[in-house]
Amino acid sequence: MISVENVSFHYPGGAQVLDEVNLQIKDGEFVAIMGENGAGKTTLVKMFNGLLKPTEGKISVDDVDTREKSVAQLSRDVGLIFQNPDHQLFAETVTEELSFSLRNFGFKEDVVQRRVTSLMNTLDLDRYSNSSPFVLSGGERKRVALAAILAWDPKHVIMDEPTIGQDYLQKDRLRNFIVQLLSQRKTIVIVTHDVEFVAECKPRIVLLSHGRIIGDGTSAKVLTDPALVEKASLVMPQISSLMGTLQDLTPPSDIIDAYSAREFLSTKLKHVVGRKTSQGS
Amino acid sequence: MAAIAARKLSFTYAGADKPSMENIDLTVEKGEFAILTGPSGCGKTTFCRCLNGLIPNFYSGNLEGDLEIDGISVKGKSTAELATRVGFVFQNPENQLFSLSVERDVGFGLENLGIPREEALERVQWAMEATGITSLRNKAPYELSGGQQQRAAIAGVLAMRPSIVVLDEPTSFLDPKSAEEIIRVIAKLNRELNLTTVLVEHRLDLVSRYANRVIVMDKGRVALDGPPSEVYGDEARLIGIGLPRVTMLFHLLRGDGFPVGTNPITVDQASEEIRRLLNK
Repeated sequence: MISVENVSFHYPGGAQVLDEVNLQIKDGEFVAIMGENGAGKTTLVKMFNGLLKPTEGKISVDDVDTREKSVAQLSRDVGLIFQNPDHQLFAETVTEELSFSLRNFGFKEDVVQRRVTSLMNTLDLDRYSNSSPFVLSGGERKRVALAAILAWDPKHVIMDEPTIGQDYLQKDRLRNFIVQLLSQRKTIVIVTHDVEFVAECKPRIVLLSHGRIIGDGTSAKVLTDPALVEKASLVMPQISSLMGTLQDLTPPSDIIDAYSAREFLSTKLKHVVGRKTSQGS
Repeated sequence: MAAIAARKLSFTYAGADKPSMENIDLTVEKGEFAILTGPSGCGKTTFCRCLNGLIPNFYSGNLEGDLEIDGISVKGKSTAELATRVGFVFQNPENQLFSLSVERDVGFGLENLGIPREEALERVQWAMEATGITSLRNKAPYELSGGQQQRAAIAGVLAMRPSIVVLDEPTSFLDPKSAEEIIRVIAKLNRELNLTTVLVEHRLDLVSRYANRVIVMDKGRVALDGPPSEVYGDEARLIGIGLPRVTMLFHLLRGDGFPVGTNPITVDQASEEIRRLLNK
């Protein structure tokens, strides 16, 4: 469990970035931290692996205060994937990048090989195994950075803006991958602006604005609350806006993605319009 | 005369075994607003690098075919020469801003070109007004929000008076509201200045309503090209581009056998079509 108790933070001589934040993230939970540029999202997650320590209050991971451990010790359990992969990558080939930390943590060579191969496969990186990470595209480098952290199998996985630069298929792959990690009881925390990605994954959303938590709840609850959405500089998912224009049909309030909208509209439409059969699409 | 005319344009990076871009025939007319999209590695970045001369001046490899900007072949032109015609805005505004004040940043390119001071000041003023950042002129770029920084980056490009502006995912680092504001600024500049706009973007929900044209690249070629509602068909979905969610919803309903009409791009279009079907 990641537990944030009365945490405030300011950079030396700088303005207050976080202001009395309280938050508990349980093991195996899937949480998206959202909010405007500069809301304090990245600062908050950098505390989860001890890169930053709170100015006031306490952060504990699995009941241990992050002040009592080094970043290296904490990183074994908390994998943080940076927004900018270039802050993280350094090796000459993708294979080396992925093997580096595993060897450092003292895993046996056959385990290293097995894990690296399997991750490259899952994240669609196999064809780049011998390429330098720096010749890859931005989206591909992000996947290498993710794989490098997942290699040592941390219990809590924190991803800062994982969908930037990813095309639709890669986002879909990422979504499936998150589901897979959740099924292994890993905690997943993502920091993101990507409302449509969130509307499809439906995590719990923690909404930050000016260093304070202003909303916390299901995706459907938070993303369809006009006041919260406005305050945190978000926009509603396109499908929620569509449902907003169809209020006379009394759609359930939790329709925020195309698949649930299809279900709802199908029931309405099938009473009114004829349905052609065997039409492929 | 077209703003951009590519004829059989192909490029293979040095050391690569196949072309990243192959036989591109593409004409963009003056004043168009075109979205350029496609899966990672489809060749869209390579195409953009040709527009400002980074290919072949900085990336070595084999360039074939021809590319004309405002009727002038880019062959033998330096990146600096092309920069006055084609302005570039990148994903992360922080990589583009470095001066101590917004005003100096916006004027930096002009200083470099040796534009006389009076004219430069006039252009900087005009570019800041066009992007709505006049009140920020004395601020340092690092004091600005992400959206303001991106506006400053656009103003810097605009001050060069390019005839074409190419924006590479200019909103991906911004929160959704700032992203919408930036897209509106871009659409306004396109409309009011008749500025030819090429917007590289994955997030089609956000941008489709403003564009008259979507160009989808796949495997180094132009796969689809036309108005958004025509391009966002089955083939686009199979290529794997992120259709606007209302468009995707209509694909699903059509797949279920409902007689839905043309693909909506906006919430309002989708809403109208659903009402039409329900006779409401």
